[in-house]
Amino acid sequence: MTPAEEPVITPADLAGGGVRGDDPDAHGKFGRFGGRYVPEALIPALDEVAAEYEKAKTDLGFIREFDHLLRTYAGRPTTLTEVPRFAAHAGGARILLKREDLTHTGAHKINNVLGQALLTKRLGKRRVIAETGAGQHGVATATAAALMGLECVIYMGAVDCERQALNVARMKLLGATVVPVTNGSQTLKDAINEAFRDWVTNVDHTHYLFGTVAGPHPFPEIVRDFARIIGVEARRQVLELTGRLPDAVCAAVGGGSNAIGVFHAFMEDRDVKLYGYEAGGRGLETGEHALTLTEGSVGVLHGSRTYVLQDEEGQTIESHSISAGLDYPGVGPEHAWLKDTGRAVYEGVTDAEAMEAFALLARTEGIIPAIESSHALAGALRLGRELGPEAVILVNLSGRGDKDMGTAMNYFNL
Amino acid sequence: MTTLQAVFDKARAEDRAALVGYLPAGFPTKDGAVAAATAMVEAGCDVIEIGLPYSDPLMDGPTIQDAVHRSLINGTRIADVMRTVEGVAKSGAATLVMTYWNPIDRYGVERFARDLANAGGVGTITPDLTPEESEPWLAASKEAGIDTVFLVAPSSPDERIVRVAACCTGFVYAASLMGVTGARETVGAAAEGLVKRTRAHTGLPVCVGLGVGNGAQAAEVAAYADGVIVGSAFIRRLLDAPDEKSGLAAVRELASELARGVRR
Ligand SMILES: Cc1ncc(COP(=O)(O)O)c(C=O)c1O
Repeated sequence: MTPAEEPVITPADLAGGGVRGDDPDAHGKFGRFGGRYVPEALIPALDEVAAEYEKAKTDLGFIREFDHLLRTYAGRPTTLTEVPRFAAHAGGARILLKREDLTHTGAHKINNVLGQALLTKRLGKRRVIAETGAGQHGVATATAAALMGLECVIYMGAVDCERQALNVARMKLLGATVVPVTNGSQTLKDAINEAFRDWVTNVDHTHYLFGTVAGPHPFPEIVRDFARIIGVEARRQVLELTGRLPDAVCAAVGGGSNAIGVFHAFMEDRDVKLYGYEAGGRGLETGEHALTLTEGSVGVLHGSRTYVLQDEEGQTIESHSISAGLDYPGVGPEHAWLKDTGRAVYEGVTDAEAMEAFALLARTEGIIPAIESSHALAGALRLGRELGPEAVILVNLSGRGDKDMGTAMNYFNL
Repeated sequence: MTTLQAVFDKARAEDRAALVGYLPAGFPTKDGAVAAATAMVEAGCDVIEIGLPYSDPLMDGPTIQDAVHRSLINGTRIADVMRTVEGVAKSGAATLVMTYWNPIDRYGVERFARDLANAGGVGTITPDLTPEESEPWLAASKEAGIDTVFLVAPSSPDERIVRVAACCTGFVYAASLMGVTGARETVGAAAEGLVKRTRAHTGLPVCVGLGVGNGAQAAEVAAYADGVIVGSAFIRRLLDAPDEKSGLAAVRELASELARGVRR
């Protein structure tokens, strides 16, 4: 095998070959979290997706096809970049970026999308629908649909359509229909509601290509497994570069897919601390934030038991973040479980802290990150100062910032 | 208090299907909901489902979404839902609450079951509570002496129907089609088959909902089901009315048309 043909993914990377002790149980429960709270009409479709994935994840043909797409289409493996000039602002700790921004379409979302698009074909479905916040999942889904000849409809909150206008144009160019959602908070949460309404109506020929590790079982498990390659590669690359494991792994948390994707390969490495950064928005005291894990309470949203921003009667409280991809009042159930077990730690990063890190990475390293990913960068700056110059910190740079230029122009008066 | 059992016994004795009407609490106003539901009962509804307005109604179409949104803006809380149930139960209809799961979960399962029973409610319909997650709610409802209604759908295989029906008391709710709530031109063609399949697995009454909006459709469904459920069509009448008085009249008119339908 030439280096170019070397697989990036093995069956063990995807399915764990029995080494993962942390799969959800038969009802999709991570401890008390997860499960299925959905209309009965959708249960057969969820069962069908779960059963097909069970077959696919140990099918060498499927894994080979997925691997081929990851290498030749998505651009994997993605590189690991050390950023010393940026790290100088973090007390001198070594900071290493996992460059998901360099994947085709520009964010980690493509990994999950390619896996689920292949699954869609195995299911014999000809249409995919998806929700999107930042537009990155929508773009990735539209891309895979174009590649595989699937019909594609993307639901996106009207507020998000405006702040991520570039991605709306990309999706349209790729042949997808973009439906702006004008109810509720007009953001990701409402786009998910609308996608579920479509799914229950068209489920016989449509796959709901869910974009994060939230939602009803089996989505949290499937999306995690398809995103798992991020951490598998990064762990190997950090070892090669530094000769040791990192002290900490940092990621932004919206629904939680890029975070679980980079965390998962480190789950058994008990000395590696896992940090998830949620959107602190305008600050906890303003009530305008998306601090689901750090400030929310346990409830049910979008088909899953997890932490939710809700009032005392279970009504969802609208979230706020400058980044559309983190502007969500729920979170994946596995993160809820990791929080409760203490395996991962979750903290907030405000809009202002994230934008500062966004500009700092651009000026010191020539990399313009997504505003979502900038929350992880801000977290790493804080953590570096805490851990000191000996520390090695891995950050999942989940996406690039092209889509955020409109927001940046307003924010910095560019 | 009229129980579901009494409603279906009576309907059977009269050789007709029962008529079930839905309205969210707090819509068009807190008192207006009680007035509208009472008018529906006076004109022939045997059962009223009071919807608990929820911020993320992912099983509902535009009409119910709109009504629920207005209700939440009116400041409707669970205490208002209970007061609405109390007011409507006085009309003599068996009164249920239809709600997504999270509000009950957050309020506390025992507390909700107890408060609903105390308000004169006879049970709940919980469209997103699956049998797998239903244990605590079944126990609390049994303790409080209220019925638990769950849904089956055209996509449900027989094993699921068995599983869902085993969680039900009062009746089984058969969704007539794959989709969200809302009146349709025609009632789903799958409904009759679903009722047959459900009857093969339970002795409980089977009621059909989703997409029923006029007397002819009610008659069509009444020919094969034990009950006919109508929601969006009532809400549409209220939304389209220029004032509360004409809204009440329109709702009353629809209820009597449907009541004639289930007796055809
Ligand atoms: C670049 C990027 N990072 C992070 C996220 C947040 O999603 P998740 O928490 O599922 O990774 C998004 C979502 O749109 C994104 O586009």
